[in-house]
Amino acid sequence: MVRVKLWGSLRTFADGEEWVEVEASNFKELLDALAEKHPGLAPQIKRGVSLALDGVIYREAWFTKIEPENEVILMPYMVGG
Amino acid sequence: MAFDAQPTRKFNVVGTRVTRPDGVDKVTGKAAYGADISAPGMLHGRILRSPHAHARIVSIDTSEAEKLAGVKAVVTGADLAMPEDADFADVAINCLARDKALYDGHAVAAVAATSKAIAKQAIRLIKVEYDPLPHVTDVDAAMKPDAPVVQEGRALENVPAGMSQNVTTYCKFGHGDLDAGFAKADKIIERSFKTAATHQGYIEPQACMASLGNDGRGEVWCCTQGQYMVRANCAAALGVEESQLRITASEIGGGFGGKTSTFIEPVALALSRKSGKPVKIVMTRDEVLKATGPTISSSMDIKIGMTKDGRITAARGELRYSGGAYPNFTVEMGAQAAFAAYDLEAVETIGWNAMTNRPKEIPYRAPGAPTAIYAVESVVDELCQELGLDPLDVRLMNAADKGTLSSYGPTFNDIGLVATLEAAKAHPHYTAPLSENQGRGLSCGFWFNFGGNTCVSLNINDDGTVGVVEGNPDIGGSRASISMMAAEELGVPYDKVRTVIADTSSLGFNDITDGSRVTFAVGLATIEAARAAIKEMCRRVAKIWDIDEDAVIWEDGCAKPAGPNAGTHPPMTLAEIAAIAGNTGGPIAGHHEVNADGAGVSFGVHLCDTEVDPETGAVKILRYTVFQDAGKAVHPDYVEGQMQGGAVQGIGWALNEEYIYGEDGRLQNAAFLDYRIPVASDLPPIETVILEIPNPGHPYGVRGVGETPIVPPLAAIANAVSRAANVRLTELPMSPPRVLKAITG
Repeated sequence: MVRVKLWGSLRTFADGEEWVEVEASNFKELLDALAEKHPGLAPQIKRGVSLALDGVIYREAWFTKIEPENEVILMPYMVGG
Repeated sequence: MAFDAQPTRKFNVVGTRVTRPDGVDKVTGKAAYGADISAPGMLHGRILRSPHAHARIVSIDTSEAEKLAGVKAVVTGADLAMPEDADFADVAINCLARDKALYDGHAVAAVAATSKAIAKQAIRLIKVEYDPLPHVTDVDAAMKPDAPVVQEGRALENVPAGMSQNVTTYCKFGHGDLDAGFAKADKIIERSFKTAATHQGYIEPQACMASLGNDGRGEVWCCTQGQYMVRANCAAALGVEESQLRITASEIGGGFGGKTSTFIEPVALALSRKSGKPVKIVMTRDEVLKATGPTISSSMDIKIGMTKDGRITAARGELRYSGGAYPNFTVEMGAQAAFAAYDLEAVETIGWNAMTNRPKEIPYRAPGAPTAIYAVESVVDELCQELGLDPLDVRLMNAADKGTLSSYGPTFNDIGLVATLEAAKAHPHYTAPLSENQGRGLSCGFWFNFGGNTCVSLNINDDGTVGVVEGNPDIGGSRASISMMAAEELGVPYDKVRTVIADTSSLGFNDITDGSRVTFAVGLATIEAARAAIKEMCRRVAKIWDIDEDAVIWEDGCAKPAGPNAGTHPPMTLAEIAAIAGNTGGPIAGHHEVNADGAGVSFGVHLCDTEVDPETGAVKILRYTVFQDAGKAVHPDYVEGQMQGGAVQGIGWALNEEYIYGEDGRLQNAAFLDYRIPVASDLPPIETVILEIPNPGHPYGVRGVGETPIVPPLAAIANAVSRAANVRLTELPMSPPRVLKAITG
């Protein structure tokens, strides 16, 4: 199981939970599992999210491996100028 | 791709100040910008824009314009496709309005004619019947439930019910118990701030030339930060396949985020398709200011609690941004960045975006961060004043560091904030004496940086030179830095490498030049491409020497035998290997395609001294120093230039620049005469101090540097002005009338 932290405004769609546990070994599996467990998160996931893994931010890398001991934080999709 | 395990590596090319490859062309006028491209039979395009802030378009009669001699095509929104994707649809509607004009300057029709004069005359003959609607240009007003609605049905699913339909985005970040944190504070300050929208202020207006046949094949030459982005937007707006469009990026006269979208290229293509001729469109400055994206305008509330000795106990921010007439997510970036410089037990940031009848917001260096951090750093500074504390010591006491749970979620790894603050504290600027009416301001700044989709092709030429092909327009010296990294890796002189920017048909997809990504991501891909070429060169040499590939190493630009069984062979240079490539298997090249991650966040600290004239409210910048963790500075001149440029743009944002709207919702200052950007005589020399804390996500330790420098200036200057004027300034820009009003109460 992987524990993933949701940012504040997403928690409404996850029964108010800050941390959600899902079965996943990579970024894609994590997103799929989140959308399945909490369908209210699906629109945001479809628009795009980033993932911080032990402090390193990934924007789209589906197959980035995730281990149970990793700190996993869901973040909005990064944009810049 | 991790930092190379070579802590003692000595760079030969990287870190030097080599001659920039575009310098001579630019100072001699040879460089070809967007407006410099022409073609035989070319027509001139001109766009008709709405004079209303908000109006329903009842009808558009183009018949008189079409009859004018020399007019070859007239188009309206009906000539563009309506993409299903909301983002593409917004771009298309922004290029040519459909049922409503959403802001003063919104394009409603366009003509192509045989001369500029005829095109200008023709747009005056287009009759548009408008039904003016109530408008709103202020973000706080736009959020009220009874505000005029800019667009209906655009709110995201997480926006609470009952709000104005203008509110499209809601976000919230943070951790800890705010009530408990504020209860521990000896002093709490709560302030509200407002900032005006500002334009990126690039000197070169948007310009393009486009050609599109009825067979759906087309070409565009334009100034842009992303030719692949232009291709995607144009394909969607014209209803053609991306493979049929070839987009070539010209030299670019500044972008700063402002050229990360599309305004005229689909219009030029539509005119070309209708007329059968190439069409050039060059925007005027008035059009640039009215119709290309400025940054957000904002309204913010910040509350911070602090103990007597300077420890922040809790912090809360609420940001209300307006990104103009379309939904956007800039507030998410601002809300995440707002408190990133601090190690906080309790923090919460809430963000809202509201649509207004203003042009579509387009990113401007570190979008969303400068305004949020301006408000936060102003309150921190005021707390330091109230509690009699040194503002730099307070920031050091509260600074985020390795292991800090960041205000936006993740735990920080190695970051350079403390080192940057310590460098500022040790600098003579921090203790230099000040006189009457002078003040010193300090601010931290933060930006995320990112990598993104990148392709690089590196060719070993038969004369021993090297060509690098990359796909990101060079807005900040990337051709030099990419050539330097290729030269470093291959072990050849810098002047043997030439880097060019590919068109969309010559190289795979690349993300836009944004996010401070290019030197990081394209550099990373270039290093990998060079390593691929080296591997191939070693393989060829192994064949020549008839030894195992593993027994050949690359060192100092040569293939050399290595290991006990390699035998004795004289080294072969890159040029020698290239000269016989045809004999050993054919052309030698390396390439790399990656969606790069691991860019590494960046911190900066700015120090600013100002003098305020108490009789006029005028502010003079006396001294300015920028400290920044740049990772490995590939070309220090360019890094310093980014730091200086960010400071200068921030000075303009802080002191003078603003979009001023009249009661009628029309922009009052769409010219550089009235929209005042800083000029050389406004500025002192901007001093720079580069800290090179390696980014563990890049083989040379490179991290992005282009956006962080515009984050701290707003607060550094506001804090300096507030201290000089003995009154807290809470609205940008701090123009003389506003400063004088604050002084005189």
